[in-house]
Amino acid sequence: MKHTSLHPSLFKICLGVVLCGFLTFAQAAIEVTDDRGKTITLQSPPQRLISLLPSLTESICALGKCSNLVGVDRFSNWPLSLQNLPKLGGISDSNLEAIVQLKPDLVLVDKSSPIISRLEDLRIPVMAFDVKTMADEERTLKKLGIALDSKESARVWNQIQAEITRASKQLDGSQKNISVYFEVNAAPYAAGRSSFIGELLARLELNNIIPESLGAFPKINPEFVVQAKPQIIMISETRLADLKKRPGWADIPAIKQNRICAFKKEQSDILVRPGPRMGEAALILSQCVAEKVSSTK
Amino acid sequence: MSNNQISLKLFALFILSLLLVFLGCISGSTGMDWHFAESNRTILYDIRLPRSIGAYLAGALLGLAGAIAQGLFRNPLADPYLLGSASGALLGVGIILCFSYAGEHSLVTMIGINGGAFVGALLGVLGALLLAGGYKSSLRLLLSGVVIGVIFGAANSLLTFIRPDLYQSLQSFMLGNTSLITWNATLIMGSALVVAVLLTLLFSPVLSALSLGENTARTLGLPLDQLRLLLIGVLALATGFAVAQTGLIAFVGLAAPHLVRHFSGGRQRTQILLSTISGGILLLGSDLLARTIFAPLEIPVGIVTAVLGGSYLLLLLRRGQIGIKK
Repeated sequence: MKHTSLHPSLFKICLGVVLCGFLTFAQAAIEVTDDRGKTITLQSPPQRLISLLPSLTESICALGKCSNLVGVDRFSNWPLSLQNLPKLGGISDSNLEAIVQLKPDLVLVDKSSPIISRLEDLRIPVMAFDVKTMADEERTLKKLGIALDSKESARVWNQIQAEITRASKQLDGSQKNISVYFEVNAAPYAAGRSSFIGELLARLELNNIIPESLGAFPKINPEFVVQAKPQIIMISETRLADLKKRPGWADIPAIKQNRICAFKKEQSDILVRPGPRMGEAALILSQCVAEKVSSTK
Repeated sequence: MSNNQISLKLFALFILSLLLVFLGCISGSTGMDWHFAESNRTILYDIRLPRSIGAYLAGALLGLAGAIAQGLFRNPLADPYLLGSASGALLGVGIILCFSYAGEHSLVTMIGINGGAFVGALLGVLGALLLAGGYKSSLRLLLSGVVIGVIFGAANSLLTFIRPDLYQSLQSFMLGNTSLITWNATLIMGSALVVAVLLTLLFSPVLSALSLGENTARTLGLPLDQLRLLLIGVLALATGFAVAQTGLIAFVGLAAPHLVRHFSGGRQRTQILLSTISGGILLLGSDLLARTIFAPLEIPVGIVTAVLGGSYLLLLLRRGQIGIKK
C-alpha cells in the first residue's frame, strides 16, 4: 500500500524538477531595464522593431539592426534605407493603430511619449529612453545592445569618442576658448552645458556662454546673449536672416565679424540628435569654428 | 409635442449613435475597412471600439454639461469651454500630472487625474461666477469665463516649464485627443455619465422653474440656491471627467443643446436627454472626420470640433438666435 502511494508523488517531484529545469532554461531570456526603471523581459532578440525617435533609430542602425526595423517616426530620416518604412507620426501624435498593425515585438520610444501606457495595455513590449547627455547615449547603446543582441555597442561608442578627439585636434590654440552661443530652437532655446551639445562644445574646449546652472536646454532671454557677447553663434540656416534683425544683436561680436555657423538641414539633424552621429556632429562644429576664426584673423 | 414623438426622436438619435459607433469600428488609419471581422482583433476590440464609445461618452458628458449650463444660467452661450470650467479641468489634470505622474497609468493616477479635473472644473465655474458677480449678466459671465480660461491656460503653460518632459502629454491634452482612450477610461466616463444624467434629471425641476424666470422660480418654494450649487457640481463632474480622458474639446457643449432645442419643446428633461445624445453624436462624428480626412494621418479632434462648432456659433449669431443681454 505504502509502495503504491509513493509512486505518484515521486513522479510528481520528478516532473516538477524537470519543469523547473525547463523553465530556467527557457527564461535564459533577455532582461533589460529601461530609463523608467522598468525591466523588460524578451524571450528572444526582437525581430520586428519600431522606433519612435530619430536618435534611437540611428542608434539601432549603428548597432547593425537596421533591417529589423518595421516602422519609424515621422522625423527619422537616416540612414537613407529607412525611406520606404511606414511613418508612424511624432511623439505626441503617434499612430496607435498603424503601430499595432505592424505587430512589433519591441517599440522604442522617448520617455515622455504619451503612447507608452496605451501600448503596454495592449501587451506590446516598450522600452523608453531619456537621452539628454553623452553618458545617456552610452547607456542607451549598451541597453540596446543587450536588448537587440548586438555586440557593437562598445565599438560604436569608441568610434564616437575617437571622432570627437579628432575634431578637438582640428582646432589650434587661437581657436579654442572662444565664447560660443548655440541656439537649438527659436524662442530662443539654447544648448546648456549639461546637454550633449554643451558637452561636445566643452570637449572642443569652446566656452559656452550659458552657465551650468540653467540646465540642459534653457529658454533664455535674448538680452542675455547680447550681454554675454559670444564670439561665435551657431544656429540653423533657416533662422539666419531673422538673427541679424533681432533688436540689439547687431553689436554682438559674432555678428559684427560674421562668425556665424549656419547649419543646413542635414547638418542640423546630425547636431541636435543625441545618437551615434555625435562624433560627426563634433567634426561639423570644429570645422565651422576653424573656418570662421581663421577667415577673420 | 406628444410623448410618442419625443420617444421616437430619442430612438432615432439612438440608432444614429449606434451607426456612428459601427462606423467608428470600421474606419481607422487604413481608411474604410469593411472586412473588419477578419482584420486584427486587437485593433477592433482594444483600439477602435473603446475609442469610438469613449469619444461618444465624452461628447455626451460635454453635451450634458452644456445643457445644464445653458439652463442654469439662462444663457444661450453658456458652455463648459466658454465658462472656464473646461480650462479649470485641464489645469487640474496638468497639476496632477506635474506632481505625481511617473510614466505609468496606475489606478491611483487615474483617480487622481479625474479628481483633479473635477476640482479644477468646479473652481473654474465658481471663479467665473465670482468674477462676474453672479450670473445675472450673461455677457459679464461669459467674459469672466474667457478671462478664467486665459489665466488657467497660462498657468498650464507654466507647468511645462516645471516638467519639460510632460510637454508632449500636456500638448495632446490641450488639442483634445481621442486616439488613446482605453476601456478603463470608457468605463469611468460611462459611470460618470450615468450618475450625472440621473442627478440632472432629479434636479431638473429647478431648471424648469428657472426657465420661467428667477422671481417666478423663487415663488415655487424650491431651495433654489442649494439646488443650483448642486447642479454646478454636476456640471463640473461632467466636464471634469470628459476633459480628464480626452482633453480640451471646444464647442460640443455649446452646439449640442442648440441643435436639439426646438425638438424638445421647452421641456427641460427632454432637452437634457437630447443634448446628451447629440453631444455624443457630435463628438464621435468629429472624431470620425478627424481620423479619415487625412488618413492615414490623423488630426486632433479638438481642431475639428473647433472649426465645426465655431462655424455653427457664427451661423447662430448671424441668424440672431442668440440674444445677449448686457
